[in-house]
Amino acid sequence: MTKSGSKAPRGTRRLPLLRLAHARSGDKGDTANIGLIALRPEYYPVLEREVTAARVARHFRGIIKGKVERYELPNLNALNFLLHGALGGGGTLSLKTDAQGKVFSTALLRMEIAVPRGLDVD
Amino acid sequence: MRTIRIASGQGFWGDWLEAPIRQVRGGPIDYLMMDYLAEVTMSIMQKQRARDPAVGYAKDFVPLMERLLPDLVQRGIRVTSNAGGVNPCACAEEVVERAQGLGLGGKLRVGVVTGDDILERVGELTARGHRLANLDTGEPLEAVRDRVQSANVYLGAQPVVEALARGAQVVITGRVTDTGLTLAPMMHEFGWAADDWDRVAAGTVAGHINECGAQCTGGNCLVGWERIPNMADPGYPIVEAREDGSFVVTKHDGTGGRVTVASVTEQLLYEMGDPESYITPDGVADFTTIRLKQDGKNRVLVCDVRGRPATDSLKVSLSYLYGYKAVGTLVYAWPDAYKKAQKADRILRQRLDRLGLDFEDILTEFVGVNATHGRLAGEPDPDLAEVQLRIGVRAQEAAPVRRFTREIAPLILNGPPSVTGFAGGRPKVEEIVAYWPALVPKSEIQAEVEIFEA
Repeated sequence: MTKSGSKAPRGTRRLPLLRLAHARSGDKGDTANIGLIALRPEYYPVLEREVTAARVARHFRGIIKGKVERYELPNLNALNFLLHGALGGGGTLSLKTDAQGKVFSTALLRMEIAVPRGLDVD
Repeated sequence: MRTIRIASGQGFWGDWLEAPIRQVRGGPIDYLMMDYLAEVTMSIMQKQRARDPAVGYAKDFVPLMERLLPDLVQRGIRVTSNAGGVNPCACAEEVVERAQGLGLGGKLRVGVVTGDDILERVGELTARGHRLANLDTGEPLEAVRDRVQSANVYLGAQPVVEALARGAQVVITGRVTDTGLTLAPMMHEFGWAADDWDRVAAGTVAGHINECGAQCTGGNCLVGWERIPNMADPGYPIVEAREDGSFVVTKHDGTGGRVTVASVTEQLLYEMGDPESYITPDGVADFTTIRLKQDGKNRVLVCDVRGRPATDSLKVSLSYLYGYKAVGTLVYAWPDAYKKAQKADRILRQRLDRLGLDFEDILTEFVGVNATHGRLAGEPDPDLAEVQLRIGVRAQEAAPVRRFTREIAPLILNGPPSVTGFAGGRPKVEEIVAYWPALVPKSEIQAEVEIFEA
């Protein structure tokens, strides 16, 4: 897991996203998208609060070249992130193993967030 | 309420050959949808057709149809597929010939949808002021005009609906959208109007779920992946569509895999951009309106989808010759596997530098350490059993890339020790065909439908 360096605020604990969400990623040109989905509906508000575009951009610093955009899908308890300049040129140009951004999903699930102590997490 | 069952039999050209056969023989279905086209596929097919005017389509489709046609005709199952690639007529002629060989003469109509291929019209369109500017970068096509290899407009469901209305049992298309192949049977069967935007959006969402085959029925699914049953025989998705636009995603009884809200949600978000505006030639679907509900085991109900009117443009996918690349690999073993691989990388780069080779990009990855998650993977275990050094280069010219491919093997004898994994020989120089997405006004494009009788 990545070291966040920051302590969990009062009444919370730090957990990797893997404990609260699942994800799928794919590509469009040089942009990777990551769909982040709450494992339970009650986790969605925590994801919405904690997993901001800025936090995701910081998480992938040095790995992606462009900006991060976030879209909310509360109906699916999900967030969609677009990571620009993520795929080494994208598609056929890319020299990366993950030229299609298939495993950006689990790379995001390494991120640690502050989770209220009262929230029941498996 | 009447329902129709639209089965997905192929998520891309190269998907499981058994899937369409199992979909047809494993239980009741009304339609078999098969998606064969990706951007890279179109340029490969264009090259094939340039060499031989009788090819340029998904070849697997013809023997598959030969195998399935007796079942399809007997049970009245209809097929929608973009297997036609850049030569749908040749594909249809071949299917008709096989049908006749099976004694199905007079029993089969094959519909062909064309009009998507605008390669011959690119000059005319740009001359009349359509810039075909790159949707991502804004650059005008002029920059790569003389290197264009294929140009195909994404057509929607409409011409497929027309082919079905004219009695086609098998509809073979060129570049029709993946989603249009699932939406078209719904529009045809239920008589939905082309401007019934909510239903068009619902059918488009169904198409998005169906278009990647088993990716919504437990394939590539992270949630409880170890406990997904019988993945040796995964059920591919079946959309049970209703006239009101709601539908259930399911699979045949007795197959493996799993259809849950989680598995369907993962697929809904796959390759998603702005979820409020999922734009297709048929309309704009709003994915933030979708409601999902588990409706029994391996059944997920999808409802309440809202849509907006279609735009007046169509997307064009052009491909052009970009340059060349090659990727070489070597495997280093314990002890100090990672350190040896890193040292080999430094040596190789020094040698490439001294040769004065000009690369646009050079990338080193250490498989087993950082190839998938980069620095997020953290420091590796110093006791790693092995690490694969993977190094790739890209250039506009072939010569430096070719020279690079000669620099990998020497490292086996003149570099760090405990190295293996070179049995594949010298890396291959690959030609890079790149994509150029653009827009063209709908008024410029006329889809055509032809019927071939077996």
